[in-house]
Amino acid sequence: MSNSLETRPAASGFWLPVVTLWQRELVRFWRQKSRVLGVVASPLVFWLLIGYGSGDLARFFAGALVLTVLFSAIFSTISIIEDRREGFLLSMLVSPAPRISLVFGKILGAATLAWIQGLIFLAFAPLAGVSLTAAELLELIGAVFLVSFTLTGLGFAIAWRMDSTSGFHAIMNLLLVPMWMVSGSLFPMATAHGWIKALMWVNPLTYSISLLNGFMNLGSGSPGIGLSLAVTACFGGVLLLASGLVASRKSLVSHA
Amino acid sequence: MILVERLSHQYGSRRALSDVSFEVQAGEIFGLLGPNGGGKSTLFRILSTMMTPTGGRAEVAGHDVSRDPAAVRRKIGVVFQTQSLDKALTVAENLRAQGHLHGLSGPKLRERVEQVTQRLGLAGRNKDLVETLSGGLKRRVEIAKGLLHRPVVLLMDEASTGLDPGARRELWQYVEELRSREGVTILLTTHILDEADRCDRLALLHQGRVVAQGAPADLRSRIGGDVVVLEATGAAALSRQIETRFGVKASAMNNVLRVEIANGHRFITEVVEAFPGAIQSVGLHKPTLEDVFVKETGASIE
Repeated sequence: MSNSLETRPAASGFWLPVVTLWQRELVRFWRQKSRVLGVVASPLVFWLLIGYGSGDLARFFAGALVLTVLFSAIFSTISIIEDRREGFLLSMLVSPAPRISLVFGKILGAATLAWIQGLIFLAFAPLAGVSLTAAELLELIGAVFLVSFTLTGLGFAIAWRMDSTSGFHAIMNLLLVPMWMVSGSLFPMATAHGWIKALMWVNPLTYSISLLNGFMNLGSGSPGIGLSLAVTACFGGVLLLASGLVASRKSLVSHA
Repeated sequence: MILVERLSHQYGSRRALSDVSFEVQAGEIFGLLGPNGGGKSTLFRILSTMMTPTGGRAEVAGHDVSRDPAAVRRKIGVVFQTQSLDKALTVAENLRAQGHLHGLSGPKLRERVEQVTQRLGLAGRNKDLVETLSGGLKRRVEIAKGLLHRPVVLLMDEASTGLDPGARRELWQYVEELRSREGVTILLTTHILDEADRCDRLALLHQGRVVAQGAPADLRSRIGGDVVVLEATGAAALSRQIETRFGVKASAMNNVLRVEIANGHRFITEVVEAFPGAIQSVGLHKPTLEDVFVKETGASIE
């Protein structure tokens, strides 16, 4: 084409949309602060009930933390479905901003929210008997971000092609919640039986849980922290790529 | 500025567009008129690069919409029928985000936001949350958003939906100004006859086909003389009787008969006298775009 120079996105062409979308998520979040309560409250209640009931608050802490992050990620990505039909996403799609930066900006923004809510939940860690040095705490905060990014990527990749929010709810109940259940959040891998154990090995969320347990010095340490970090990071990268791919598919409107 | 050649689109087995061709010159206001489901929205989605057509091709500002959507996106401004504003953000925040998506930032962006809000009478509203605005104001923000990056082509999908007559008039004043002052080419979809009448040229879409195109006045002049509308319970039978007696074509739709005829007033007295008691009501008007549409398709736009 005659103006190929003009059509090649410069570095700012990539980052400007990322930053603006990230910022948009934060501003929206700040203006709807009650969302925090919705996301953090129910995992907190689950944790306290199961924890006090079984007499082991530490055992379920990482699971509840991941649940908080998962809820936040679902909450953010479910908005994509409506947003694409009628909403801000429409004008993003007909703008010259590269698709991948739109995807990255949206995921980064939603992941940041999940992260913030995860950190709010983390404030209850002393109740679970977690005590960390400052350096350990920083590592843990980084790990929570990694898990947030991964779960948001998962939500995005699922939500993008969906035509209705009820479809997303179905997937949430049939895929995401069971995934969380067999991730070591409720029972450790060591005591799991037969095929459930195999399922836990292939479940990427297992590695998120053991990553957080590892950084909090809780739990069994299986799978190991190095492996957990590698799997979680890879999973996040794969989901980012997958999201980029589904979002750059040419026909953006599947319905008539 | 816009070139559409033998464009077709199929949703699964349903054909939404077949063999649509037209051209829009630079600086024109071009309307796509037709009933809902006629193919306007599909065409709009293709031209705005949201969807690739299954057949034929379309060019906007010299770029093919399927092969080079990125180049097209740089040239177009899009005003959607549905809302594309973030309600939780303020007017200025929405516009700034839009600017960022188009690679605008810093003082240049501020200047553009200021210009476009002033132009659309939104200057005092910059800090208002979009959810607190009235329907008419929201529309204006939508348009401001579409114009922020100074597109050469503005695509508007049923842009006046939900606007009261006053707001619609304002919108049109602005559209016409935009064309005459800045030479922006405008393509809009509508099912409102008044709006279609204000376009320079029109394409009438019905069941995915262009059934007629041209300037509104030229389209209307395809119908000679007057249009006489008769309401009668036995419209179909009456139409045959009128045709044999007067040698004119009388098309029946439900209980309504339409006759295109010169000197309609004379025909009215004759027809009422010829069929006493058969006719419930009589009307006469100069041809409208609705008449053109009925003539070409046998169906109504509304």
